[in-house]
Amino acid sequence: MIRLPREPFFWALFSSGGMLAALVLPALAAILFFALPLGWLSADHGALLERFAHPLARLVVFGLVALCLFHWAHRFRYTLYDGLQLYHLSALIAVLCYGGATLATLGAAWFLVAFP
Amino acid sequence: MSEPARANPRYTPYHPRWHRRRMPIFWWLGRLSYTRFITRELTSLAVAYTALFLLAALCALAYGEADWEAFLARLRHPGWVAFHVGVFLFLLFHTVTWLGLAPKALVLKVGRRRLPDAAVVAGHYAAWAAASALVLAFFLWRTG
Repeated sequence: MIRLPREPFFWALFSSGGMLAALVLPALAAILFFALPLGWLSADHGALLERFAHPLARLVVFGLVALCLFHWAHRFRYTLYDGLQLYHLSALIAVLCYGGATLATLGAAWFLVAFP
Repeated sequence: MSEPARANPRYTPYHPRWHRRRMPIFWWLGRLSYTRFITRELTSLAVAYTALFLLAALCALAYGEADWEAFLARLRHPGWVAFHVGVFLFLLFHTVTWLGLAPKALVLKVGRRRLPDAAVVAGHYAAWAAASALVLAFFLWRTG
């Protein structure tokens, strides 16, 4: 396994993203995937928009999205190494994973600044 | 110095090629613990999907009430519901495995005695319950 000097930095992002995802995402997914579409719970459009438009809410959403994406990048990178045995493509995989997470995070920042 | 040695500084003449056993790509299907390991690793896909899905939902929310309702209506399709049930199970698997590993990462001591693993796990499950309640309240408190 290749160890880069940047490893501790990405590991910290992976680890905090993993903790946040573990604590927050099941409830968030239950609401967004099932409760709201299937009508188990209802929330008024205007009230929900106002709530998410609050600067603090947007900051929290940004932090959540960014850390989840870097959690994915780090873990998926090693899934490809170990699962598919793609050791010879290690540099390319790292660039695609961390690069993809970085681009998506920048996109999220741009979107959340402009939101709503 | 021979020609290839000068062209590539990492080249070692007559370096032995050691024997490596070829591993099949699906090596992890052979044993339940290996499959659990790869499944746990693949939960990162569900984590990334849910993060991006949140942005998509906010996008629909920002477009206006009609688009928001259309977004929710599309998610009622059985195909979407089935896919999301799968994603949700992966998220739960991530949470259970992640919180189960917490005592390995966090060693708490009370006085000189180490807090038992079960207590650390219980504390994390309590945090999970609190975070879930917070998310629920964020969506539902005074938005009816």
